[in-house]
Amino acid sequence: MARTFTEAAIAGIGATEFSKASGRSELQLAAECAKAACDDAGVDPRDIDGMITFTIDNSDEITLARCLGVKDLAYTTRIPGGGAAAAATIFQAMALVNAGVCKNVLIWRAMNERSQYRFGQPSTDFKGYTNGHGTGTLLWNIPFGAMTPASWGALQAQRYMWKYGLTNADLAHVCVQQRKYAATNPKAWFYQKPITVEDHQASKWIVEPVLRLLDCCQESDGGVAILVTSLDRARDLKQKPVRILGACQSIPYNVEVIANFHHADMTEMPEAKGVAKRLWEMTGLKPTDMQAAMLYDAFSPHVLLQLEGFGFCKPGEAAAFVKSGGMAIDGVLPVNTNGGLSGEAYIHGMNSMAEGVRQIRGTSVNQVTKKSVEHVLVSSGMAGAVLSKD
Amino acid sequence: MTDVAPPPDAPKPIRLPPIVTMESKEFWEAADREEFIGQKCSDCGTFRFPPQPMCAHCHSLKREDVLLSGFGTVHSWCMPRHPPPFGFREPPIVAVIQLQEGTRFVSNVVGVKIEDMRQDMEVEVCFEDTMNKHKVPVFRPRGK
Repeated sequence: MARTFTEAAIAGIGATEFSKASGRSELQLAAECAKAACDDAGVDPRDIDGMITFTIDNSDEITLARCLGVKDLAYTTRIPGGGAAAAATIFQAMALVNAGVCKNVLIWRAMNERSQYRFGQPSTDFKGYTNGHGTGTLLWNIPFGAMTPASWGALQAQRYMWKYGLTNADLAHVCVQQRKYAATNPKAWFYQKPITVEDHQASKWIVEPVLRLLDCCQESDGGVAILVTSLDRARDLKQKPVRILGACQSIPYNVEVIANFHHADMTEMPEAKGVAKRLWEMTGLKPTDMQAAMLYDAFSPHVLLQLEGFGFCKPGEAAAFVKSGGMAIDGVLPVNTNGGLSGEAYIHGMNSMAEGVRQIRGTSVNQVTKKSVEHVLVSSGMAGAVLSKD
Repeated sequence: MTDVAPPPDAPKPIRLPPIVTMESKEFWEAADREEFIGQKCSDCGTFRFPPQPMCAHCHSLKREDVLLSGFGTVHSWCMPRHPPPFGFREPPIVAVIQLQEGTRFVSNVVGVKIEDMRQDMEVEVCFEDTMNKHKVPVFRPRGK
């Protein structure tokens, strides 16, 4: 294979149903969504030559490759940082195709994260917080009762909210909007179940005074896969190619996923600012060139922090932006139009990446129509990508 | 620290003991002696947390554990309520403590009601017992 720079594109997306009890193994979910992504693209699964997942995914790549009949795997890797890996998988798949070392890169994430184990419960299994997972300081929090992502996320967000005079009620608008999107998305767990600000305020405290139940992402079973190939090849396949115009990771000094307590200014998300800087440089684009954004929403404040980190809003102004309808379908920047991880499902960010692809293709159930969708930002905080029309 | 010994009928500690790694061993052993220590570069004097083998400032491998002032401010805080964290009879106040020496440490603020929590309030270290006869540093309002 000539190793010349090769433009990359997303040719296929696939998913299982999103549920609370899949009734089958994570490996099966992985195989099903991988096959679905290949079918969507019109690529034979046997021709996959690169495989990327998250370090904490439980399905083994060789076993999955065996299910798919992969003939000759050229590259495998896993990305640390929990859900922060989501957009990083797209970045690394792009880089492999750019470098001319892979033709068909499969990205997958499959989990029984409700029926088999629950990220939202206090952890008794600490191997997730040790080496290779990008979560090195979490072990230090356990004796103090900070044992869940919600508690770490709340600690991260509380100073931001205090600085800008926000209370939990100000977060409600993020959640209400995402559930509005989910309500019209038949694939969403919360299909036809919108909420009001009052519902949000009546939901129980998860972490007082920052997060209520409805500020939190779901716990879900399911799998999502994405197939990345060259732009030229994608043009000959079944779907309209979705170009990966730019993608990157950014992990600035002393930044850590979720337990992000040690960098200089806790009222901002330096990783999102770092991703934004690289992405805008790489693509020559700017926030106003995006017609939609899919922002990792483990917890509602992180949507606000990313809106500010990427430069869609000035520091402290994202809550007012959302309240005024900024992230609605006819707003300045429709965000998480699938319902996000709180409304559609929590497949560790990958389901929102797939929604970014659908917005570019023009096939979302909540398609942005006010403007022609040319560019969509997908972000998982420590990584991001700009997807574009061919 | 001059904590009074618990009365004989005090309930047994249920707080989880720390998870000790090669890098954190000295810290938790000091906590058992009711000493709140930090790691400092022996060459350039930069404090760091968490403990690590190399100084990010000058890349020296020389390091020393020094007794910290135990004074700090509440930089960020919250109260995990649901699901209840293991090791507590009442929901704890968890806080990021900005230490006087410049590093931050996640701990608890004790002896304060949630309605009395204030951003940047001054706190000082004290120690609480865990299961298996260990101790961990927690913080209380300064001078109280």
